[in-house]
Amino acid sequence: MKAAHKLLDAVRPHFEEGGKLSKFWVVYDSLETFAFTPGHSTKNGVHIRDGVDLKRTMFMVILALVPALLFGTWNQGHQYLLSIGQISVADPLMMAFMDKMFIGAVKVLPLVVVSYGVGLGIEFLFAGMRGHSINEGYLVSGMLIPLIMPVDVPLWMVALAVAFAVIIAKEVFGGTGMNILNVALTARAFLFFAYPKQLSGEIWIHQVKASADAGLLADGYTGATALGHLASTVGKAPTDAAATGVMDMFGTEGMFSLTNSFLGLIPGSIGETSALAILIGAVMLIWTGIGSWKIMSSFLVGGLVMGLLFNLMGLNAYMTLPAIHQVVMGGFMFGMVFMATDPVSASQTERGKWIYGFFGGFLSIMIRVFNPAYPEGVMMAILFMNVMAPLIDHYVIQANVGKREKRMLSTQEATA
Amino acid sequence: MRPRPNFAPRKVNLRELMSRTIRIKKGADIRLKGRPSPQVEAASATATYAVQPPNYQGIVPKLEVKEGAAVQAGSILFHSKEHPSVKFLSPVSGTVKRIQRGEKRRILSVVMDADGKGESRSFEKIDPATCDAQRMKEAMAERGFFPFVEQRPFATVANPEDMPRSIHVSGFDSSPLAPEMDVVLAGREAAFQSGVKALQCLVGGDAIHLGSRKGQKFFDGMEGVNLTVFDGPHPVGNVGVQIHHTAPINKGETVWTLHAEDVANLGETLTSGVYCAKRTVAVAGSEHASPKHMTTTLGCEVKTLTGGSIDEESVRIVSGNPLTGSRTEASGHLGGLHRQVCLLPEGNKSKFLLADGWLGFGFDKFSLSRSYPTWLLPKSKEFTMDTCNNGEERAFVVTGQYEPVFPFEIYPVQLLKSILANDIDAMEKLGIYEVAPEDFALCEYACTSKIAVQSIVREGLDRLMKELG
Repeated sequence: MKAAHKLLDAVRPHFEEGGKLSKFWVVYDSLETFAFTPGHSTKNGVHIRDGVDLKRTMFMVILALVPALLFGTWNQGHQYLLSIGQISVADPLMMAFMDKMFIGAVKVLPLVVVSYGVGLGIEFLFAGMRGHSINEGYLVSGMLIPLIMPVDVPLWMVALAVAFAVIIAKEVFGGTGMNILNVALTARAFLFFAYPKQLSGEIWIHQVKASADAGLLADGYTGATALGHLASTVGKAPTDAAATGVMDMFGTEGMFSLTNSFLGLIPGSIGETSALAILIGAVMLIWTGIGSWKIMSSFLVGGLVMGLLFNLMGLNAYMTLPAIHQVVMGGFMFGMVFMATDPVSASQTERGKWIYGFFGGFLSIMIRVFNPAYPEGVMMAILFMNVMAPLIDHYVIQANVGKREKRMLSTQEATA
Repeated sequence: MRPRPNFAPRKVNLRELMSRTIRIKKGADIRLKGRPSPQVEAASATATYAVQPPNYQGIVPKLEVKEGAAVQAGSILFHSKEHPSVKFLSPVSGTVKRIQRGEKRRILSVVMDADGKGESRSFEKIDPATCDAQRMKEAMAERGFFPFVEQRPFATVANPEDMPRSIHVSGFDSSPLAPEMDVVLAGREAAFQSGVKALQCLVGGDAIHLGSRKGQKFFDGMEGVNLTVFDGPHPVGNVGVQIHHTAPINKGETVWTLHAEDVANLGETLTSGVYCAKRTVAVAGSEHASPKHMTTTLGCEVKTLTGGSIDEESVRIVSGNPLTGSRTEASGHLGGLHRQVCLLPEGNKSKFLLADGWLGFGFDKFSLSRSYPTWLLPKSKEFTMDTCNNGEERAFVVTGQYEPVFPFEIYPVQLLKSILANDIDAMEKLGIYEVAPEDFALCEYACTSKIAVQSIVREGLDRLMKELG
């Protein structure tokens, strides 16, 4: 490794002030500090510092995303083969494993490359302009964005969404640590509102339209997600034939059964389908202390409470879906573990985190059931709570301030 | 006599009330290698001693001696420009060797050549039991003890004209590699008791608060103190934490704090009439061959404590504890308020990411974050830590990291942000009056974003003090 460091040292002068490549100092600096923790020693204040830094923290989150990424890649291939009838649900899951991974990888890898390429490119640009070093924040956002995309989304749309999110949601506020909204969700929301037509229906399973046109599509496959199907029942009585037809898909034998939804053997955004893979990531985040267990658990409770309330009401077929089924479907789990816990856009006080998480989960289920135009309520709910988080914190802090004032007044009274 | 305020009753449960034990859960013990053994050794006398004005917060010195002047132990070297009764005395007899100045001719240190005769200015002997507040203040000022009295709010040297609400002394030090206070004070029960009586003259009987550690015996039977037993991890020994949990400071109140050894020194000086500036120092750290306690005098040369020759390229010498102390050299002098000298390995070499850098497994890295596996190791394991920053400075990103090591009912991050935003009103409301930079030391240690937390707090305190005039 000494050789590598020597090489870095040798080219360093070119990038320094006055060198030929001084415009690219940010690139050099970020590469060097990535490869080698710099030998900066402490100056004033503490003489020893904890071993953890932002790079390690962010990398832990990426590790936690790996199960969802791998499963998602496999599942996209799996769904494709199912949709064209090459395999059936009765076949063992490991059948044609390499085929499935290959089909998935061909779709997922370009998304990852585009997301990191565009996002980091913009980060480098802003860092260069501001003379800052590169912040690590986008390392996680760059992985989150592909995982919340439908598999057949055009790459140019992803590039546009990433650019919008990084510039408007993050850089205009001052970069990592300063943003109000979660960057990855902003990218998703941008696509959702800018290209509603392209984002509905036909891109959730690879080539589903082409397969349909060619008459290859297996029975029951329309390319819609679980939430898409459920949204179609809203406004119909629970006993309506169309509604019961949809609800059958969510029975024990149906395509979207509780088991399938939990394991993630259903169509949906790349990383969101498997509650199991996401929960493995959650365990890693809680184990390392990087993800807030308070937000995750209160988010889950919030979702279950809303689901149970709907069960009690039972006004339409959607509401009768068991609460536990609600929370393993769609983006709920992914949002709970990886989006709501983003420390920058979440509540920053410990008490606030409970409130923030609970309402995040509560609203997620509420939005998805009440408003079929937004089948994915989690995105809207978390973005809404991002905006509300400073308000929650404000009241939590005011309570602390009030306590201190009260203490002062009672002391003054006692003295008087 | 001045009426004494009653403190707002603190919510305590019955068990706490009966034993007066307060258990503090928040905090962390950084398990550094090289803790001092209870063995005490007298350090040899050194050639020079120094009194360093920058050691004392808020002091602008006005010299009373010139280079070459002959001094005795207890002679006045300089006083505070703002409060002339805050006097700084020479710890030894000899001559003033040089007055070291820094930028803008700021005085960095007054260095004395010790003559080894041990001549001492003699003061009137005072029985603290029969003394009133005004006379005691004058006596303390005359005997140079105000520099060792810190006040809160603002964590600066106390203003002798103030009437403090109460005086707080921490009976133990919980910081990493700290000296054992029972070792420091061993055999000085009578001196400590006299010191307590002297402080009683200032504020009355029930306003002297003393915090001792669970299981500590030294303070048993000490008269005239409100004794509270504390239990828990660092910073439980910080006097600020103890104040917060016994009699928190409200806006408009002033309290004074002293180091326990200075209380004993005060008692001894008053009763014997000879200036006592004893320092019992823990000489510790992973780079020290035999960490132990040493007795010496204020401002001695660091090399007599560390012994041997030290390669200062690879070893850092810290006067004070590793979290709040200041960097020094073997040729430097012990800081005026310090009771610790630590030798730590320098961390000025870059580390490859997968080996010992940011992405390594780190089986030998102590961390408060659980992203290193060492949190699973038994609590008895000790670690060597170097002075590497372990990363670069970033904006606040990770939340919930300061709170577990900050045992105050104060929101640390929000307070820091109010300081950065220069929002005086918010600083007050968020509780800046109760804190000193040292209380934030663990936050700074734990910070993922490597923010200079203590210097931000210092800046906030200074700004507030200026604002309030």
